[in-house]
Amino acid sequence: MANYPPKLQEYLDDFGFISSREDRVDFLIDIADEFQPVPDTIASKPYDEARRVIGCESEAFVWAIDRPDGTLDFYFDVLNPQGLSAMAMSAILDQACSGAPLDQVAAINGEVVFTFFGKDISMGKGRGLTELINAVVYQARQRLHSD
Amino acid sequence: MSEISSRGYANADKLVSTAWVAQHLNDADVRVIESNEDPLLYPSGHVPGAVEVDWVKDLNDPLRRDYLDKSGFEALASRIGITPETTAVFYGDKSNWWATYALWVFELFGHSNSKIMDGGRLKWVEEERELTREKPSVSPTSYNAPERDDSQIRAFRDGVLSHIGADGQLVDVRSPGEFAGDLLHIPGYPQEGAVRGGHIPGASSCPWSRAANDDDTFKDAAQLRAIYNDELGLDSSAPTIAYCRIGERSSHTWFVLTYLLGFSDVRNYDGSWTEWGNSVGLPIEK
Repeated sequence: MANYPPKLQEYLDDFGFISSREDRVDFLIDIADEFQPVPDTIASKPYDEARRVIGCESEAFVWAIDRPDGTLDFYFDVLNPQGLSAMAMSAILDQACSGAPLDQVAAINGEVVFTFFGKDISMGKGRGLTELINAVVYQARQRLHSD
Repeated sequence: MSEISSRGYANADKLVSTAWVAQHLNDADVRVIESNEDPLLYPSGHVPGAVEVDWVKDLNDPLRRDYLDKSGFEALASRIGITPETTAVFYGDKSNWWATYALWVFELFGHSNSKIMDGGRLKWVEEERELTREKPSVSPTSYNAPERDDSQIRAFRDGVLSHIGADGQLVDVRSPGEFAGDLLHIPGYPQEGAVRGGHIPGASSCPWSRAANDDDTFKDAAQLRAIYNDELGLDSSAPTIAYCRIGERSSHTWFVLTYLLGFSDVRNYDGSWTEWGNSVGLPIEK
């Protein structure tokens, strides 16, 4: 089993127990309700296009800010007000990856998106959410390789 | 005269405003139906009393690339509490792509008593109208549907091949990059879904979005005629086929041509580029 950030593993375990589509959707909506867009102290609109998640139709942006302990704080925004799935995924990544050991963040496989959203998610949305995860993983790997 | 009826559409009664929907929330003869790409949107808050029709699990056969059959449609209609007399009002995300798609599938079963809420979900939300997470209590109905009729408004691969052989009108509603073959999917989406890029020979390029205003409402009839009749040179009385990648964006254009402009014979090719671009032996242009 991959050595993921504990909070991510906790979410994966929780979603692994879900068998009904309705329960999955309700859980994801609860998580999406916790989504907090990037504060003005970190970034303001119009955002730097370098922060855009390529391939995410919901217009997601990701920032990684270094912490003194060598880990990262992740911040997100989702410009499409109807991008609820991207907001849920962003909230999970924020809670799971901010302050987590970089090697654990770097080890995340984008396919965990299907554990969260189920295998019947549309191809475009599934890939877009995977790219959101990959954007976080990329930041962690970049920091690891710069050491 | 309502604002919509003043826009000059051929069938203005197929389109209703958000205000009209707000006034008919408790009308027993009206069923409001939300259809989205994002499965989280409806449960996160919907028009009070609205039911959900999911394009994947409700409209498609689970094992064939095809739509549900007569019994499947009857079961769906019963679940959402409609009869053939019910006015079905569709709305949804993505500028009403999936709403027009669902309306089109319902019409394959003869349910033509249907409308689109102009501006879709986004307009309803931006007007700060009421949303609820409470699912409506729906009494199951009995719906005796006809067999699905694919002959009038649905196009298939071989029919498209014959159509282009006769120099028929064909509208590619994808983005210019997809039409040119530079992209295999909508810009910003993962580039997959077909082994070849390009378009069906003879197709005119007219992205679906040209029919929509920034707030997701439809442009008025004069603006639409300027695009489809004048610029593209389409003949309203000639057989016309619209296509995109999987048939959802072209449902939007099918609705525009059929109901807003009154074209007499428009079919949606739902196989679209995922079928044509992958099929052995079919010609393409770039």
